[in-house]
Amino acid sequence: MSDISTDVLIVGAGGAGMYAAISAARSGASVLLLDKSLIGRGGATVMAQMTVAAALGHQEPDDCAIHLKDTLDAGRGLCNEELSALLCYEGPKRVLEMEQWGTRWARENGHIKQEMAPGHSRKRCCYVDFLNTGPAVAATLRRKVSEVAEIRRISNVAIVDILVKDGRAIGAIGLNLVNGEWVTFQAPAIILAAGGLTKLYQRNSASANMGGEAYALALWAGAELVDMEFVQFFPIGHLAPRLVGMDPIMWDPFRYKLGGKLLNGSFEEFIDRYGGIDFGKYTATRDIAAYAILKEVEAGRGTPHGGAYLDFRHIPERQLRAAFGPVIDRLLTNGIDLTQTPVEVGPTAHYHMGGIRVNARMETRIQGLYAAGEAVGGANGANRLSGNAITEALVFGERAGACAGERGKRGSADGDAKPVAAALQRIKAVKEQRAKDGVSPIALQTQLQKIMWDKAGPFRTGDKLAEALARIREMCEEELPRLTIADGNSYDMDLQDWFELRAMLATAEAVVKSALARTESRGAHQREDYPDADEALLKNQALELKDRALVASWLPPVQLSRRQK
Amino acid sequence: MADSPIKKATLHIRRGGAGAASHFDDFEVPYEDGMSVLDALRWIRVHLDSTLAIRYSCINANACKTCMALVDGEVEYTCIAKLAPKTVTVEPLPKRPLIRDLVTDIVPDEEKWATLKNLEVK
Ligand SMILES: Cc1cc2nc3c(=O)[nH]c(=O)nc-3n(C[C@H](O)[C@H](O)[C@H](O)COP(=O)(O)OP(=O)(O)OC[C@H]3O[C@@H](n4cnc5c(N)ncnc54)[C@H](O)[C@@H]3O)c2cc1C
Repeated sequence: MSDISTDVLIVGAGGAGMYAAISAARSGASVLLLDKSLIGRGGATVMAQMTVAAALGHQEPDDCAIHLKDTLDAGRGLCNEELSALLCYEGPKRVLEMEQWGTRWARENGHIKQEMAPGHSRKRCCYVDFLNTGPAVAATLRRKVSEVAEIRRISNVAIVDILVKDGRAIGAIGLNLVNGEWVTFQAPAIILAAGGLTKLYQRNSASANMGGEAYALALWAGAELVDMEFVQFFPIGHLAPRLVGMDPIMWDPFRYKLGGKLLNGSFEEFIDRYGGIDFGKYTATRDIAAYAILKEVEAGRGTPHGGAYLDFRHIPERQLRAAFGPVIDRLLTNGIDLTQTPVEVGPTAHYHMGGIRVNARMETRIQGLYAAGEAVGGANGANRLSGNAITEALVFGERAGACAGERGKRGSADGDAKPVAAALQRIKAVKEQRAKDGVSPIALQTQLQKIMWDKAGPFRTGDKLAEALARIREMCEEELPRLTIADGNSYDMDLQDWFELRAMLATAEAVVKSALARTESRGAHQREDYPDADEALLKNQALELKDRALVASWLPPVQLSRRQK
Repeated sequence: MADSPIKKATLHIRRGGAGAASHFDDFEVPYEDGMSVLDALRWIRVHLDSTLAIRYSCINANACKTCMALVDGEVEYTCIAKLAPKTVTVEPLPKRPLIRDLVTDIVPDEEKWATLKNLEVK
């Protein structure tokens, strides 16, 4: 019945998916690794430019337990400590294995160079020069998966539904983007490694493929999500002038090292008006900086692109060059001369702490359904340390692959055709319900991004979140079924966008519902109407679908015993 | 005070599917300094014609390396090809099999659905 059957099916080929493929194959399973974009190119992994955190202890003495403590501190009491511990204790193994496979971590004096980064109490952040960490990690894994005979790869197939029978995942349905045809897969073990959701927001650092489809696929399959309110916004992401080829979150080290000034649209310093105590030293904490920028914009004192200026004009060129030599030239090729013009910056959606609820074997509550990478919720609690996300992708990928591999090679594929036929029928109906001269799916995606930014962004209120929720429901029920989809051509963009939008709406609703219910401010979730943390809410929020409605429950965080830490 | 006139760029785009005659469509987009050709293509899809087929992923990073096209006759990554407030011609890569509009087949053979199906049949 199905087009292809395999022991392990992996949805998404970023750092997590590719590592999972290698590790599942290692356990003796046959693997099918697929991506809607191209293998190893579609998501966040290939875009990362900064660092990977692991307690190697190469630069200075370090310990996985200290990395764990730092991670838990940043997570503000909400980490799933089993997952955090896995990340911190396995991180060094993965970083070293990557080196064996060819990743050239920057080295000095015979050891891997490790840098300090905010929130880490030791020098533990590895990187590849120059600003090449993500591309190097992705290239290593792409080469490695191509060398393993048990791994088959497919690019340009988007998974749109996971097939479930009697509480077990049995396969998936995909859209072949090249010719617009439906394809079906049969597998006793499936790993969701389809990455994060920051494309839900108008201002983001996302690729085209980060609309949060993994979370929607998990929900629809009957799995739970957790901590969906915790989206990480980076306070001084790049807004303008247009800058390509540089990480949009690169300004942080610049500001800290050189003392860049944040100015409003009238070129006045403003952080001090918002309780930034360190006026003149330019080191206001991230949340104060984000809040102050957005409030100035609200008051009509923003920059042309709706942010603040970050100004380095008071710093001599030789000092800029001494600190960031080659980067200064890259900026110049983009037409940005820091000695002449300030850049515009503002909060930007960057990473998702929440995600699919799994145990330390990366299992969801649906048998045979696993998750890995940014798609997983819990390891970073209410806030993530920089460098932890790539480590998470590698570590959770390895673990998911090993566990799914064990199951996949033992399990027999379920050839039941009924769920496949039913799902295909639902999907095919999409093309028939199309309207003639309506709104396109990408236009509605753009509307959704604006709503999420305006009403469920870095600073939230109950009223705004309620408005967002109402509008999202309306889009789901009234508009999604009536969008204009052009005739099923080859490389049909409308059709791709429609399925992506369907998932984006489901994921957006999960974010907004969770944010509405968390009536406190903690970590990355900031409520203007509840500015303080509430100890009674020191719990995780899990979401599931019941009769097609999202239902939340509060759970005590998973904790390790003192001895395990 | 009169507003400064809004600058525009025109994209002259070769369109059509594999094995069929192609034609050019012109699209006018608001121009902003520093804007890339890809920015303009994405703007067209949201505001003018959502059916325009383009391939890209990372948008800002020039890391995914999937957005190549012919820009005024030169092979370029559309994400780093800077736009100017005038007419620019964009065409699919000439040496790759055409899929549709600006999308060509750049997928390695061993990552193709068709290849996989053939293996499966054996
Ligand atoms: C600009 C940027 C810079 C960053 N810098 C750092 C850093 O310096 N250090 C750090 O630790 N972290 C960083 N992060 C975060 C980190 O890169 C990510 O959390 C991590 O790479 C996620 O890996 P992943 O494999 O889970 O997902 P991704 O690498 O995003 O891969 C997911 C894949 O799934 C595919 N996909 C999505 N939906 C579907 C579907 N329906 N069907 C099939 N395939 C699908 C996508 O095309 C994509 O290829 C950064 C993130 C960004 C955006």
